[in-house]
Amino acid sequence: MATEAPKLERRDEELHVLGLKPQYVPIEHNLQSVTDTISDISLDQRRRPYWVGLLLLNGALFFTFAGVVTYLLITGVGIWGINIPVAWSFAITSFVWWIGIGHAGTLISAFLLLMHQPWRTSINRIAEAMTIFAVMTAGLFPLLHLGRPWFFYWLLPYSNSMSVWPQFRSALVWDVFAVSTYFLVSLLFWYMGMIPDLATLRDRSQPGLRKEIYGILAMGWRSSARHWRRYETAYLLLAGLATPLVISVHSVVSSDFAISLVPGWHETVFPPYFVAGAVFSGFAMVIVLCIALRKAYHLQDFITRDHLDVMAKLLLATSLITSYGYLSEQTVTYYGGDQHDVHVYWYRLVAFDKYAWIVWTLFTCNTVVPQILWFRRARRSQAVLFVVSLIVLLGMWLERYMIICSSLSEDYLPSSYGFFKPTVWDVLTYVGSIGFFFIPFLLFVRYLPLLSISETRALLPGAHGPGVGR
Amino acid sequence: MNAQQRVHGLLAEFWTPEEILKATRVARQAGYQDVDAYTPYTVEGLAEELGMRRSRIPSLVLIGGLVGAGVGFFMQYYTMAVDYPYNSGGRPYNSWPAFIPVTFEMLILVASLAAFLGMLLINGLPHPNHPLFNVAEFARASQDRYFLCIEASDEKFDVHETAQFLGTLQPHGPIIVVPIEPEAVEEPDPAAKPN
Repeated sequence: MATEAPKLERRDEELHVLGLKPQYVPIEHNLQSVTDTISDISLDQRRRPYWVGLLLLNGALFFTFAGVVTYLLITGVGIWGINIPVAWSFAITSFVWWIGIGHAGTLISAFLLLMHQPWRTSINRIAEAMTIFAVMTAGLFPLLHLGRPWFFYWLLPYSNSMSVWPQFRSALVWDVFAVSTYFLVSLLFWYMGMIPDLATLRDRSQPGLRKEIYGILAMGWRSSARHWRRYETAYLLLAGLATPLVISVHSVVSSDFAISLVPGWHETVFPPYFVAGAVFSGFAMVIVLCIALRKAYHLQDFITRDHLDVMAKLLLATSLITSYGYLSEQTVTYYGGDQHDVHVYWYRLVAFDKYAWIVWTLFTCNTVVPQILWFRRARRSQAVLFVVSLIVLLGMWLERYMIICSSLSEDYLPSSYGFFKPTVWDVLTYVGSIGFFFIPFLLFVRYLPLLSISETRALLPGAHGPGVGR
Repeated sequence: MNAQQRVHGLLAEFWTPEEILKATRVARQAGYQDVDAYTPYTVEGLAEELGMRRSRIPSLVLIGGLVGAGVGFFMQYYTMAVDYPYNSGGRPYNSWPAFIPVTFEMLILVASLAAFLGMLLINGLPHPNHPLFNVAEFARASQDRYFLCIEASDEKFDVHETAQFLGTLQPHGPIIVVPIEPEAVEEPDPAAKPN
């Protein structure tokens, strides 16, 4: 017999129905049904045709990527359209884009945990997994862009026969430390959050290889109250450490540009503006994944319309911050009056034979389109939200492309102005990287707990006895 | 006693957080020290009922952070100012503002590792072969049941008396004897039956 969780007070339920009080907790569920619903997604042995279909599609992208990278390693970065002066383009754009997407995961997990926002519980695992795989994908691009990727370890300080060290005054070396720290800490945070759920999967699966693998991953977690206490302390501390880390990572990424002297890059607003943009695109990706997963696995009880609503509000808020960045950047440039800066910003806006189309498209995608989210009906419509999020993802990619390419194209010397035209290899590297992201993500969806089971249990009404809420 | 040597402890099953909190409190008041409770999520106040004091994890994290930041800064100072001084744009060799980002990342990295590894170390994990896993019913501790275990290492522990005591806490189902060896029989102790 299942434990009967006491229902919320009638009044609360009425408020949920009337839409006056957001519902983030699966109130119709009890401990048993929460455990069953979430863990059955991982334990169910049936093949799901759409999952296999997506895996094949992304497998094709993945092998495209592998092929392009092989060609790149054999031939060199000359297969891309990069030139002098535009030596950074698609690869760095995609790096910044993917790592930006990776920001929402830790932000949702860590920052919202510190803020005691109960709605994080249904989406944090998905967002964290997205972070890990997005950072993995992002990390490939600067490596491939190195020219000789097999010497990537030269970026690390190790005692070598050449007696030289990496230049720690360079933002590119900061990047190495920031991104690898971010990857490791996100991985720890994700894995640590999963340990109790892996124990649930271990205890629920039939004896065999699966049970053993879950058992090894769960490390003998036995749900002891003493363990829980230390676990929660460590988890909270990890959240406290991860929150400033998220802010620092994209600030460091923005320093790649901001501490250079290139007009259009040398901007003090870049760190906060990049962080806001990163969270913006990250939330867009979380919304896309959540809408797809709640539909595919019937998780409407767990990821409710109120979850989508509140994420849409955050999308709107970060859109406004990012737009403020655009405005501030333009204003300060014209007010400052440096002729090279003014030239870059002006030609971005008006040179329709070069980058102006991209600039106006990205303003539309990132500033104009998200304004629809002021309307409650739009925030609660899956279709609208899905499309807006995809538009935002496109817009944020174009924003980074614009910043990187247009600034490099025309800097100080008119005699060395240039223009970047992507080759088919540029496009294939980027498109292929989507497969590199989705293959591990699909495996995660299939084999690991998609939602935090133990945290959802703790949110159920009556989980802490009457009067012992958090 | 012979029986006690192969027994890890006695396990009682409960169905709600209130029941486990009350049972833990009563068991502690009865003078049992080696008591542990098992719950499918963190039940607030349960660790306090078990007599847990402040955790050592925060101090470990602080130490980790200080070590990380120290090592991080020293690494940059040594390589940039001592071992291979190099004039980069006229900056001083020890251009500390430029060393802050890496120092910060190292702080976070080592502190996070300290939090994670410290949690595992103090909890004694990984421990995949704990005697509790010899009990089939215990699988539900990670799902929807709350368990109280009085361990055989307790001074007051006696298979019969303790089983009787656990029976007075109104558990659901029989009191379960937790064998230390997996081969041992997993039968409920006859002593657990109420007289």
